[in-house]
Amino acid sequence: MFQSIGEILILLWCTLRTAPKIVHQRRKILEQLFEIGNASLLMACILSMFIGGVLALQSGPVLAERGLSTYIGGLVGLSVCKELAPVMMAIFIAGRIGSAMSAEIGSMRAYQEIDALRTMNIDPIQYLVLPRLVAISVALPLLVVFSILVGWFGGGLVSMSNQKIGVPFQAYFGHLRELVQVHDVANGIIKSFFFAVVIGIVSCHQGLQTIGGPRGIGRSVTKAVVNSIVLILILDYFLTRLLLYFNI
Amino acid sequence: MTVSTDPKHGVRVTASGLKKSFERVQVLKGIDLDIAAGEIFVIMGPSGSGKSVLLRQIIGLDTPDEGEIQIEGKPVRLGTIMNRIRLAIVFQSGALLNSLTVGENVGLYLSEHRLKTPPEIDRIVGEKLDLVGLRGIELRHPGELSGGERKRVAIARALAIDPQLILYDEPTSELDPIMAVTIAEEILKLKHRMGLTSIVVSHDRDLAFGVADRIAIMHAGSILCTGTPNEIRDSKDPIVQRFLTVELKREGERVL
Ligand SMILES: Nc1ncnc2c1ncn2[C@@H]1O[C@H](COP(=O)(O)OP(=O)(O)O)[C@@H](O)[C@H]1O
Ligand SMILES: [Mg+2]
Repeated sequence: MFQSIGEILILLWCTLRTAPKIVHQRRKILEQLFEIGNASLLMACILSMFIGGVLALQSGPVLAERGLSTYIGGLVGLSVCKELAPVMMAIFIAGRIGSAMSAEIGSMRAYQEIDALRTMNIDPIQYLVLPRLVAISVALPLLVVFSILVGWFGGGLVSMSNQKIGVPFQAYFGHLRELVQVHDVANGIIKSFFFAVVIGIVSCHQGLQTIGGPRGIGRSVTKAVVNSIVLILILDYFLTRLLLYFNI
Repeated sequence: MTVSTDPKHGVRVTASGLKKSFERVQVLKGIDLDIAAGEIFVIMGPSGSGKSVLLRQIIGLDTPDEGEIQIEGKPVRLGTIMNRIRLAIVFQSGALLNSLTVGENVGLYLSEHRLKTPPEIDRIVGEKLDLVGLRGIELRHPGELSGGERKRVAIARALAIDPQLILYDEPTSELDPIMAVTIAEEILKLKHRMGLTSIVVSHDRDLAFGVADRIAIMHAGSILCTGTPNEIRDSKDPIVQRFLTVELKREGERVL
């Protein structure tokens, strides 16, 4: 475990060192971005809608019983943007995109495509890891912004339509706007950027580490997803501490 | 890219005392080779004798446990060799990039290193594909090709590098006899036109005796003997003789 964290950090460092070559890889970055968007937007929309909705459903009646139902907007607003959207989207993307990354690189490893690249003096890190890491680090924060908006909307929808809550849309968003500050949204976006780096680098590392044929690829994919999720949840705690410290 | 050596000339490759083990099984048991610049050197041996492993060591994809490889008198070290010398390897499986088209695969070296303009690359790609009898398949994907076609595309990709040293791992293993002859002719033509060094791993006896300047017979991780095709044919070594005759029977009466 510690050894692979060391290897992952080394891979991250090596990838950052190739960053000046980023313009050479712009076509591949765009391809990756397109793929990520294509593979995740619809699912992200549905997920976020339900996350906001269930949050309102759980907390709304409790607040309403105590006559605090106007607070629902702020509660859903803050939870979604600071915690739920970044973490849930990161976990979703680890499963949807991280797995694909490790499978693709893993099969390139298993079928000697990476050896072929190396004999052509093409750095696999620059050619494979850099575009994926950049694409996911751009895509996930954008996706989180989208998810936050949809999540809020989902919460509002439930607050309005559920009889036990019964908070109109305008009141919901009024309170949300009062309580949620720009830096709360920034908080979620900053976190998601770090989650994206974790998913990208862990998945690429796992792919590059693949040994053996199809079985090896399967093992790599599982490990990439599980390790990404574990690291995301641990990192989430410490990032939250850090961001609280800086008052963000 | 700084390639200092004269591109018109092949390179000399030497190996001394090469040993390599995987999980305590010794696959290479002390290999010595001295391959002259411009030579076609064929390594023959039954499957599992360590030929593919040897090729990987020669170009620095793997590091030997013991011993050293030198190309043009300088030790081969992982990754750095490609900065000095243009080399190409045709992997046993072809190892084409599945996410790219055939054309992109063949032109990959030129386009990634920005050595030529896109129209020039297209022209070279077409030319090399023509050479291996696969004109006009630039836009197809490797997944749609047969094993033999993939192998030929891999050869085209290697040729597009315009290498000084080229290694073939079983270049004819999945090809029909006529294509095998074409590839053998191509290996010879390249040598005469550009003087490049070729190392061919094969158990195709016709190919070996048809193109080789010298042949080495490899068995269970060691080189049993090295010599010109005639010397090998006259070898008294029982294992060598057995390998050659058994091979003859299985391959039938193919001619080169
Ligand atoms: N990466 C590896 N790990 C473990 N064993 C290997 C590895 N590569 C090759 N071997 C073993 O080395 C032996 C020689 O393999 P190889 O060089 O591919 O034979 P061939 O002469 O048919 O090309 C085989 O027994 C193979 O199982
Ligand atoms: Mg082999």
